[in-house]
Amino acid sequence: MNRKTIVRLVSLVVVLLLWEYYGRRVNPILFTYPLAIARAFVSLVSSGELQSYMKESLLVLTYASVLAIIVGVVLGVIMGRSSMVEWATDIYVNALYSTPMVAVVPLIVLWFGFRVPAKVIIVFLFMVFPVLLNTYEGVKNVDRNLQEVARSFCSNERQLWRHLIIPSSIPFIVAGVRLAIGRGLVGMIVAEFYTSVTGLGYMIVRYANALETDKLFVPIVVVMILGVGLMSLAKWVEGRIAPWRNSEDRE
Amino acid sequence: MTKIVIRNLAKTYGGGRVVALEDINLEVEPYESICILGPSGCGKTTLLRILDCLIPRDRGEIFMSGERVGRPRPDVAMVFQHFGLFPWKRLDENIAYGLQLRGSPKEETATTVSRYIQLMGLKGFEKSYPHQLSGGMQQRAGLARALAINPSLLLLDEPFGALDAQTREMMQEELLRVLETEKKTMIFVTHSIDEAILLGDRIVMMSRRPGRIREIIPVDIPRPRKIISVRAHPRYIDLRARLWEMLKQDLDRDGTREGDA
Repeated sequence: MNRKTIVRLVSLVVVLLLWEYYGRRVNPILFTYPLAIARAFVSLVSSGELQSYMKESLLVLTYASVLAIIVGVVLGVIMGRSSMVEWATDIYVNALYSTPMVAVVPLIVLWFGFRVPAKVIIVFLFMVFPVLLNTYEGVKNVDRNLQEVARSFCSNERQLWRHLIIPSSIPFIVAGVRLAIGRGLVGMIVAEFYTSVTGLGYMIVRYANALETDKLFVPIVVVMILGVGLMSLAKWVEGRIAPWRNSEDRE
Repeated sequence: MTKIVIRNLAKTYGGGRVVALEDINLEVEPYESICILGPSGCGKTTLLRILDCLIPRDRGEIFMSGERVGRPRPDVAMVFQHFGLFPWKRLDENIAYGLQLRGSPKEETATTVSRYIQLMGLKGFEKSYPHQLSGGMQQRAGLARALAINPSLLLLDEPFGALDAQTREMMQEELLRVLETEKKTMIFVTHSIDEAILLGDRIVMMSRRPGRIREIIPVDIPRPRKIISVRAHPRYIDLRARLWEMLKQDLDRDGTREGDA
């Protein structure tokens, strides 16, 4: 173990201990402490409640991610390659990207109801714009010098995509996906707040209303861990897919 | 055997307000090395890019072996000042690029690539990414990539301009050595007098605004050449003084001295 890991572990232990100590002295309706959360976690898992709600949330998140990545990448590529499409659509894309998506959630619920499709649409709206805009930037920012190299070596359009546009856009796209995951988790919880029938967001609302603070913390911690996990997964994928970006082995 | 004929070439920028090139006439013999020398802004890079059909010309004709040239040709290879390597390709993949575009068979590509890796002294770096290598190494790869397609014309746009002085001289000697084994017709753009004398059979001296050919000077120093032997040659001092005088006139006329020689 190196020093970095040791410092991190010590910090974690100290914070948890302090939380445990002070948490126990506060009214349990207002706050809780780690051991109580752990107990609540065990009881929610053994009753199967956490799993069933989490499954629902993950399902929504997965559908929405796949949809957002496909739509975002395709539209981003088209916008990046065709000026006509770019000029015709960039007003809407920028306007929608700047709109706090929370604002349209009631509308989506009104149109599509409370079930999975409505939630998928909400999470999709949270996720699609970072993917789209990053893809667009990536395609747009293909190095002019390298475009000239490709022309000089008589590259055809298909070869241009294979050797230049795709590899140079991929890091942008993966960065967009990483941004989108963060937003997607927010979208997921917000959607479940509003639709309040199932999911981790619904769990939060329910246990907050029931003043069961220890159980309320369980979905919060789960979402937190989910966020950290997905972010590091995206980072790992980025490293695998674009190893030339690794500047640590620069001489 | 490729002879290049350039006739009445002209190019303007900004809707005709800036005359980049005017009245360019030049014939390049097969296997000849031409160095195009001139101050910054004399249009020498523009000329090279027109020859590779990367930018359109306003007037004039280019012929290669009698054929009129109108679009980038697969038998013309360019070496860029910015190296132009793909950062996501390993060195051997970068060198293979031109061959891959031509759809040359896998084994053949591999053989050719390894031959040029050997020739350019890149052995052991095949699997490195460009950013892991020094500028000199990267330009060796740029040169290898251009040579790998066995071009009948090699265009070099200040290929060593971004390198430090020592590396630059090493690369010049390297190029001389390679060109002895791989006979090529070559057009080399530079703003360095020494580089032009060392590498050129003839030096095309350009003046700026408008970019015109001012004079074509044969370099009567025998080959094979080395930096040491060229600089010690009696003709060297003469040639250098004459070229320097011409460059200086051009710079003085404008009252600016951006170009270094």
